[in-house]
Amino acid sequence: MSKPKVAFFDFACCEGCQLQVANIGELLINVFDIIQVVEFREVMSEKWNGEFDVAFVEGSITDEHAVERVKKIRERSKILVALGSCATIGGVNGMKNSFQLEEVGKYVYGEFYKFFPTIHTKAVHQVVKVDYFINGCPIYIPEFVAVLKAILQGIPYYVPEYPVCVECKLNENVCMYDRGLTCMGPVTKAGCNSWCINNGNVCYGCRGLTINPNIEGFKEVLKQFNIPEDFLIKKIEMYNKCKELDQK
Amino acid sequence: MSDIKINVNYLTRVEGHGNIVVEVKDGKLEICRLEIVESPRFFEGFLRGRSIFEAPHITSRICGICACGHTLASIQAAEDALGIKPTEQTTLLRKLLLHYEELDSHILHIYLLVAPDLVGVPSFVPLIKSHPEVVRRALRMKRLCNELCDILVGRHVHPISAVVGGFTKLPSHNDLEEMHKRLIELRKDMETTVELFTNLTFPEFERETEYVALVNDEEEYPLLYGDIGSTDGYRVSKYEYKTVTNEFIVPYASAKRTKWHRDSYAVGALARFNLNHEKLHPKAKEAANTLNLRPKCINPYLNTVAQIVECVHCVEDAIRIIETLWQKGINYDEIVVPDLNQNGNLPQRAGEGVGAVEVPRGLLIHHYEIDERGVFKNANCVIPTNQNTHNIELDMIKLVPEIINQSQEEIKLALEMLVRAYDPCISCSVHMIEFNFK
Repeated sequence: MSKPKVAFFDFACCEGCQLQVANIGELLINVFDIIQVVEFREVMSEKWNGEFDVAFVEGSITDEHAVERVKKIRERSKILVALGSCATIGGVNGMKNSFQLEEVGKYVYGEFYKFFPTIHTKAVHQVVKVDYFINGCPIYIPEFVAVLKAILQGIPYYVPEYPVCVECKLNENVCMYDRGLTCMGPVTKAGCNSWCINNGNVCYGCRGLTINPNIEGFKEVLKQFNIPEDFLIKKIEMYNKCKELDQK
Repeated sequence: MSDIKINVNYLTRVEGHGNIVVEVKDGKLEICRLEIVESPRFFEGFLRGRSIFEAPHITSRICGICACGHTLASIQAAEDALGIKPTEQTTLLRKLLLHYEELDSHILHIYLLVAPDLVGVPSFVPLIKSHPEVVRRALRMKRLCNELCDILVGRHVHPISAVVGGFTKLPSHNDLEEMHKRLIELRKDMETTVELFTNLTFPEFERETEYVALVNDEEEYPLLYGDIGSTDGYRVSKYEYKTVTNEFIVPYASAKRTKWHRDSYAVGALARFNLNHEKLHPKAKEAANTLNLRPKCINPYLNTVAQIVECVHCVEDAIRIIETLWQKGINYDEIVVPDLNQNGNLPQRAGEGVGAVEVPRGLLIHHYEIDERGVFKNANCVIPTNQNTHNIELDMIKLVPEIINQSQEEIKLALEMLVRAYDPCISCSVHMIEFNFK
């Protein structure tokens, strides 16, 4: 059996999730043993004109050119994987959607803003069908490996539906709320092994909201911690602003 | 004279999206440019209205490769605006983090992005078969740098514990020991790397230009603090960065360009080496000697060699910092978790602040303005790649006529290698475009 042909593509993003893949070190040689990476612009000059068995797409869709490009990648791919928060939920790029596009364009580019046409930031599944999701900003390598294994075996991968708190408790962290701080853990999908809290910081919600988040209750709790209303909404929207496009 | 038409659509082995376009008609160079075609993300636009305590977390996401550099520049700008002075311990740990950042990024560039060109292959993948020990060493070094960041700040892409006010987590004694042990391991691989590159040949090409980097009066090789200096003998404070950058726009690229006393200037490892070589660790000086790199070097291809020299310096200086921390002992009372500073643990005031840090690709500036609630009124960043773009293009314009008798493929490769030598970070360059304060 020939090795599956795998490609990596990037849209609006920091390319940090592809870098996470490159960062697995010598293990990369083992991975290259079972798959054939045919395109990976960040670290390879090789190009491929045929079909992809698996295409990893990093980044969110922020202009018409990107919409067309991702549709073409979809047509050529048997399996399409959204890699990282920008691709799975729009990520930090979604914060742009809180502004009028023309206003934000003028602010950044001044009189030249028309050279840089932009659309509302979208997650990849809001433009084309996505078969697998790998959440996180950046992706968590053990999860990447788990999803890659599932893909190669042709079985589905289920993103945990419970919140980060479940993993955080198992890691025996002191709850941020007990320390007088706030944390997005209670409404954020698990799967990262509570990475940020393990390192002493709060959760910023990069993996996206849980299936049924109690946002109103969450806002009530946050209000008790002296956070002004405008900061509070922005805290929730840092990664999750694009979610509102799902409902349309 | 034949016509030449080169169009490199999506330059590979660089961070972000750029094209090279060159057209020669009847032996005359008509078009020669580096186009930046990355989609803008409007970071400064959406920072407005957010809390300054979120700035390092958000701006780290500008770039996966220089995430720690953006975090450190952001923290410096935020603390400057808020009036926070970092402790000695915090400064030492930040210097250590910056060394890890330079190492991680330089090793990626030296081995995975540049080396394939020097041996004539399209990527490191064919090298897995032909030079397995080199690929294994490269990936081992890369992984080791990542693990150093994991221990110090949780991860390299995007650091977790480095925040405004200090660190949310401080290394234990075991952590210091572990980092020390790994740096000693890295030292051996660094020696082999220097040896390897002594035997590789870089293209010969020279162009006089102005080199710009942080300078200061201390004995240390300046990376985290300093004034902005140039090889033309100028020096200004970081607050006067706009007199250095003088940004301008060209119609075919979505990234601004800069110039100071000449038509263009260059930042990065070679600029730092040219300005501050005498402050390098003795072992790094020795490596420069072995690699035949001498100031003032004006061959841009040798930026990669300057990166190797800096790697030697960073390993040695990181070892020194850890030994210093070891002797002093870590003060765990300094742990701070700002969140949104709703508990008022950190000072807060209206103000303006500038962060100027030497990140792997050169001088990075963050400039913030906040109101009394710590809410962003304005944000501006000047990215190393923006400062290099025009210099790269002027190099291309000088280079093409010099090699015009070579084949189109050879010219194309020479140009790609030239752009890659600067280690451009195109995502960064586009996402941060300046606007006018006030």
